[in-house]
Amino acid sequence: MSDLIKVGMADLKLCTAPNGITTLGLGSCVGVAIRDTVNKVGGLAHVMLPDSTAIRNNSNIAKFADTGVAELVRQMEAAGARRTRMVAKIAGGAKMFQFQNDNALMQVGDRNVAAVKKKLKELGIKLLAEDTGLNFGRTVEFFPETGEFVIKAVGKPVKSI
Amino acid sequence: MGEFDINNVDAVYFDVLREIGNIGAGNAATSLAQLLQCKVDMKVPRVELLDFDQIGEAMGGEEQIMAGIYLLVQGDITGSIMFLLEEKSAHVLVSKLMGTEPSDGEFTEMETSALKEIGNIITGAYLNSLSALTNLTITESIPDLSIDMAGAILSVPAIEFGMVGDQMLMIQTSFTDDEELNGFFILVPDLPSYDKLLKALGVIQE
Repeated sequence: MSDLIKVGMADLKLCTAPNGITTLGLGSCVGVAIRDTVNKVGGLAHVMLPDSTAIRNNSNIAKFADTGVAELVRQMEAAGARRTRMVAKIAGGAKMFQFQNDNALMQVGDRNVAAVKKKLKELGIKLLAEDTGLNFGRTVEFFPETGEFVIKAVGKPVKSI
Repeated sequence: MGEFDINNVDAVYFDVLREIGNIGAGNAATSLAQLLQCKVDMKVPRVELLDFDQIGEAMGGEEQIMAGIYLLVQGDITGSIMFLLEEKSAHVLVSKLMGTEPSDGEFTEMETSALKEIGNIITGAYLNSLSALTNLTITESIPDLSIDMAGAILSVPAIEFGMVGDQMLMIQTSFTDDEELNGFFILVPDLPSYDKLLKALGVIQE
């Protein structure tokens, strides 16, 4: 029997096949799923904010796109994964509320997605697929065995990318 | 007492915030009762500091579907205020306002604009009482509505808190009428506004 490991908001965890890993109700946050395609070591980060350097109180490294992705990769490497074999899929970064006078906070979803992509590129990890933006929440399930990334949203058919 | 620090909230602050929640939500309950022309009771508000991974649980699970009405707070203090309703409660409220039978499933355009109006009126009542209490000018933006998973809706205020700390402060108020109606307020003043609020209330000295 395999388990479904749960990752909370501003959190990250590792997962190895045959287990799966999930995070529930992503809004403007981004779920970053990475796996080693050979030894099937995987992990999932639920990041809230784009840039750790823009904020004074940044001790929780899982909270930020830049430090969160780097830490996930570091932990995966410590668990035997190799950077060159890693691939990523991402979801989330929605704009849950639309306001006429768009302020920086309302753009945080887009900024999170951009920051995650930038960090993945920096680390040389290929982004295989994404389901990001728009205006709805997402629950994701990731299976490092196959790389399947399942996305559930309210009132929408379940999809796998 | 010094500057407000979200990561070091003591008992006095908690009492003040609970009192703000009490008065604000009391006023909101009154306006809701007037709007619906029925009796609305209010429970004693809960003021809680929650870790980010506890937020969903506090609302009955991250995937619990809720209606969130969100407004930006402007004026002497800035930030945001959110009024959250369980999906079922939202249907009941709308049907009472429109004089129709409660429906389920998706909300029609008419129903979503009724929900926004409800949110507008009761958050307005909440902020008015806060304004009267503090002598601060507090206004609100037009409301926006999202009907989605609790986790996704709450990610918006959580991110605001995430910029200053690792916990979210919630002033939570439940309403009940004859049909049990669960609603929550989340007032999110930005950090400088906390100081202004607490100074205006005389909790911290100028």
